Amino acid sequence: MPPPEAEAIAEQVFTALADPSRRAILAALAAGGPATATDLATRLPITRQAIAKHLALLAEAGLVTAEPGERRRVRYRLRSAPMRIAQQFLAALARDWDGPLGALKDHLDRGKESP
Amino acid sequence: MPFPDRIERTMELAHPPSAVWAALTTAEGLAGWFGNEAGIDLRPGGTAWMKWTDGFTADMRVERVEEPSVFGFTWHIYGLPDDDPRRTYVEFTLEPAGPGTRLTVTESGFAQLPEDAYRKAFDGNSQGWPSELGELAAYLDAAA
Repeated sequence: MPPPEAEAIAEQVFTALADPSRRAILAALAAGGPATATDLATRLPITRQAIAKHLALLAEAGLVTAEPGERRRVRYRLRSAPMRIAQQFLAALARDWDGPLGALKDHLDRGKESP
Repeated sequence: MPFPDRIERTMELAHPPSAVWAALTTAEGLAGWFGNEAGIDLRPGGTAWMKWTDGFTADMRVERVEEPSVFGFTWHIYGLPDDDPRRTYVEFTLEPAGPGTRLTVTESGFAQLPEDAYRKAFDGNSQGWPSELGELAAYLDAAA
């Protein structure tokens, strides 16, 4: 059975990814590495205040961690572990057995008609 | 739990277990319904693969071979990066049902993610790199 916390983690990931600004922040951290809120504000069409708010939510979801530093120089780093949990739930939903099993039935039926 | 750890399907086939077994465990069989091309080394620990015309490839490791009733393999978890070592386990069970076969397929392990394990791996990497790089820097400093 999945650990009970896994679903809660996945839910936070899906909530975090539902917002385009948060997706942009995560994409920027994934592509460019750790960055401060100020760095992100110069790179993205999002205000520094909104970035700070989104980073707080992302940190709550465990998707970013704050590296220790002086308040305005705190750098945020992407944390991928929760994404992997969400990916595994998606994998279960995406795995299609009905198609292949239908094909297996057809395959066996064809073999019977023309042995 | 709204998210499945295990997928299970059962199907009645109008063919004897020996025919179904061949479709599941031979390269010709697998290429006939599952992949477009296939290869298999049918023994526990053996490798098997399938390729599709769209370029997608599946690499499997054979785990259980109990002819003609149980065939099991593991494969990479769909959607995870290629180098992620976690795998799901697929098991086909064949039971005689009159002149035909009742075939059950289960795929399990979608929720295999003991938090301590990933945390250990993740934190190990995120802490290991700075210390490795620190050692490299110290080595280079000493050599200079």
